[in-house]
Amino acid sequence: MIRLIPRVENSTAMVLLSPLLALTLTALSAYLIFVFILVDIPVSSVFFTLFVEPLIDSYYFSELLVKAAPLMIIGLGLSIGFRAGIWNIGAEGQFVMGGIAGSAVGLYFYNVEAFWLLPLMTIAGILGGMFYAGIAAFLRIKYQVNEILVTLMLTYVAVLFLSAMLQGPLRNPSGFNFPESRIFHDSAMLPIIWEGTRLHIGLIVAIILSLVAWFGIKKHMFGMQIKISGSAPRAAKFAGFDDNKTVWYSLLISGGLAGLAGLFEAAGPAGQLTPGLPQFYGFTAIIVAFLARLHPVGVLFSALLIALSYVGGENVQIEYNLPSSITQIFQGMLLFYFLACDILIKYKVVLFKTKN
Amino acid sequence: MSNRSLSSVVKLSILSVVLAFTSNVYADPVKAAFVYIGPTGDHGWTFAHDQGAKYVKEMMGDDVIITTVESVEENSDSERVITSLARKNDIIFTTSFGYMNPTVKVAARYPDVKFEHATGYMRPTDNISTYSARFYEGRHVIGKIAGRMTETNVIGYIASFPIPEVIRGINSAYLAAKSVNPDIEIKIVWVYSWYDPGKEADAANALIAQGADILMQHTDSTAPMTVAEEKGVYAFGQASNMREWGKNAQLTGIIDDWGPYYLERVQAVKDGTWTSTDVFHGVDSGMVKFAPMNNSMPFEVRNEASKAIIDLSMGAIHPFTGPINKQDGSAWLAEGETPPNYPDLLTMDFYVEGIDAKYPN
Repeated sequence: MIRLIPRVENSTAMVLLSPLLALTLTALSAYLIFVFILVDIPVSSVFFTLFVEPLIDSYYFSELLVKAAPLMIIGLGLSIGFRAGIWNIGAEGQFVMGGIAGSAVGLYFYNVEAFWLLPLMTIAGILGGMFYAGIAAFLRIKYQVNEILVTLMLTYVAVLFLSAMLQGPLRNPSGFNFPESRIFHDSAMLPIIWEGTRLHIGLIVAIILSLVAWFGIKKHMFGMQIKISGSAPRAAKFAGFDDNKTVWYSLLISGGLAGLAGLFEAAGPAGQLTPGLPQFYGFTAIIVAFLARLHPVGVLFSALLIALSYVGGENVQIEYNLPSSITQIFQGMLLFYFLACDILIKYKVVLFKTKN
Repeated sequence: MSNRSLSSVVKLSILSVVLAFTSNVYADPVKAAFVYIGPTGDHGWTFAHDQGAKYVKEMMGDDVIITTVESVEENSDSERVITSLARKNDIIFTTSFGYMNPTVKVAARYPDVKFEHATGYMRPTDNISTYSARFYEGRHVIGKIAGRMTETNVIGYIASFPIPEVIRGINSAYLAAKSVNPDIEIKIVWVYSWYDPGKEADAANALIAQGADILMQHTDSTAPMTVAEEKGVYAFGQASNMREWGKNAQLTGIIDDWGPYYLERVQAVKDGTWTSTDVFHGVDSGMVKFAPMNNSMPFEVRNEASKAIIDLSMGAIHPFTGPINKQDGSAWLAEGETPPNYPDLLTMDFYVEGIDAKYPN
């Protein structure tokens, strides 16, 4: 019989090294899979296209950052909520609502080209996401409804709402009735920070936000509150922390950031509102948050890693005609090994002899 | 590895030198790429495009190198896929409407690459062509068959998105069915997806439960055909021959035959004669074809359908020939009048009179 016994002391070195170990194990497993499925293609070439080319080719690198930015922003918000034990699973829905709210402002002022337009859209995007996550906070506090279910179910509602908006009020009037909005004006679009690519200011915003969050969690009382509420809810109560406040803040922050990311996607790479706006960023960001061990700066790196799997996975599909599910396999293995390593750092495996 | 990159750089520069001297006649194989919305195994829309790509390979052999990318979502990721392809290919076919703006953006950045966008309407730069087929002509034929074959007088229609192409199909099928069976009724279910076997099967079951004994679909999977076969009702193949899934159920099918068009366009790149065009072909050019008709159909019905196909191919009839009113009773086409492509056909956003369903809005 196998049992997990908590270790008395966690090895600091292992805590720091475990992400690298998980990555190495993932790479080894990927290697084995490729050895089995590849015919006539050297595994090294596929590895190069999958893991290296996106980092050294300037175009792919820019796209990697484009893909990582929303994951960073959403993952950051989720990591704060998850620390407090508030499980916002529906960032995807808040992402969509933020995209709709911000885009609606941009489309309302379609004829206006002004410096204040983008900031206004951004605020609308954040409020849209906050409002949507706020529903879950309200229901949890008022009626003890589980926020996991509410946020997840509301995601489906958001996607249908997007579809309805694009069939109706937000549809491009000169777009042959296809369900797409107009294309945004330049002043409603995010500034590009790397000429000739799609890399927008969202990346810088993500980095600043993550530093602010890091500082906030370390120095601010609220950081302490969510940490204790998450790890020891009873202790939090004795300490006099307001439970409801934790729920509100966690959901509003994660929702607002998801909404911000949604608006950045619409006003950034997409340049318009389309039914294709949601693209699993909200769900993928859950992996991002956990890979970062819910650390606000770690999120930046785990988002890059996940983005690498997207861009690299797409390239091996194009280059070697491999199935697109390579990306999912890679992401799944990474998370599995990472969590497994963490368990083994905290616990040791002991073999027992059972009686009979 | 760096060897590989280096050699492709060398190849590329040689290619560009060759290009400069031969004014766009390709000595090397033409590199053609296809972007698909669904999996090639959908046996519907994407399958039909992939058959077209395979046809080009078969006909041109070593003169063409083909790359295909399947299941590319219609979002900002598609722009990256198209860009990646544009870096390495001469001509790119983007085979779904939602790729329109990404295609336009990438085309502006890669003026030397040719782009072909299916079912769209934007050609802002002269390296983009658009192409589509008059599927509503196919719907005319299956509408006539449906009107004759139904016993409950109810057609069940599984629709994807309320865009002009789909609306044209519904109107055309209804008018044709009505012309041979005045009691016909059409029930429409919107699944808001191009490819979702689960939802499509649910829709098929719901329509059969509402009395439909004949199904039409404007979605890409074979699920409705499978349901029809199980429930003992009739259906029509969509985009490709789906007889395998409905030996008894499939009366005929509308087949998209993109092969000849793709061959013509890729060959044009090779010959240096490619220009931006807008193609909207139908039965006459063979872009819309039909699966063999089911032997269980009475001779007169088959005969009538065959006649409609011949008339369409000779341009003798138009599925939309006046007098036709809109659903609200207002006049659309006068006696003997047929609609122009633009705006009537390409922006169609209304049901014709007699359809008893709410227009999705």
